[in-house]
Amino acid sequence: MTAGAENWRVYGIAGPKKALPVDKSGKSPKYYPADDIKRPKPSRKNVHKPARVRQSITPGTILILLAGRFRGKRVVCLKSLPSGLLLITGPYTLNGVPLRRVNQAYVIATTTKIDVSGVDVSAISDEYFKRDKASDGEGEDEFFLGDAPKPAIVSEARRADQKRVDEVVLGVVGKTVNLKRYLKARFSLKGNDLPHKMKF
Amino acid sequence: LTDLHHLNILLLGTFTDHSTNTMPTFTRFVEVGRIIYIDYGDDAGKLATIIDIVDQNKALIEGPEEITGVARQVISFRRVKLTDFKVSICRNARAKTLKKAWTDADILKKWGETNWAKKIERKRKRESLNDFERFNVMIAKKKKAHIISKHMKQLEA
Repeated sequence: MTAGAENWRVYGIAGPKKALPVDKSGKSPKYYPADDIKRPKPSRKNVHKPARVRQSITPGTILILLAGRFRGKRVVCLKSLPSGLLLITGPYTLNGVPLRRVNQAYVIATTTKIDVSGVDVSAISDEYFKRDKASDGEGEDEFFLGDAPKPAIVSEARRADQKRVDEVVLGVVGKTVNLKRYLKARFSLKGNDLPHKMKF
Repeated sequence: LTDLHHLNILLLGTFTDHSTNTMPTFTRFVEVGRIIYIDYGDDAGKLATIIDIVDQNKALIEGPEEITGVARQVISFRRVKLTDFKVSICRNARAKTLKKAWTDADILKKWGETNWAKKIERKRKRESLNDFERFNVMIAKKKKAHIISKHMKQLEA
């Protein structure tokens, strides 16, 4: 082998890169394979790192929703779900936002935080929000009735969870002056606002 | 007499004395010991003292470094604004002498009481408000307006 062989790397070998074993005597090795041995690369399929959430978003941060049905509303972030979405609640009695998932890309994280350690949302995860297959099917009658908005069917379990979570959150919100009013109000940009200069 | 002359008399009274004592034109001078406010550059927003004058455009200044954080340096007058304050030092005073002069004159406290300094602080405060603080300011303004309008209605009645 030529000089410097100990620094050569062999591609196609899985795992930490290793140099080829060098014959210490300095002579060429007696045998090496005619073709490079192809090793399978490490599979990326089953390695799931936890979804990355912005540093400014922590449980208890007040968020401003920027898009969707509740745009402009100020809500409380409860936790980040494995899918990368954030679990939020209005609380429902303050601004009509229920337990909901929201994408952090459509959210401004304010620096105002409340203590939600007393809220138990460990049971709520992405599975909780999966749609029921049965209610999705549209019959012929419904098709002919037109596109009138169908009333939301909220399960009892959802209502119960909402109430349970909001009770704790409202208790914490009540401790800070004006915070309840703040969550009730909608955020909007006024004529003199310069969003790039505003601190949230 | 023309109308303009009448107007002048109204505005200035019957002022005819042109000596600087009664109606001074300039009060802030570039001189050794003048406290300046740095407007531009790395030290923007800080106070310093003129220690020596280099030429028509530049002066040697220093914080004192221990009080305002401005190191001894030459700075152009264009980067600087003159304040009302002055400290009695000799040309090229040592840092130690300068610091003593500053603490004796209590410049920082006097500066803090000026409208200029208060405006700067108000602007800085407003820019640093977060969303909740801005909301609270809005509520406070509304409350104030409500109190005022209530009183106005009482006065008008």
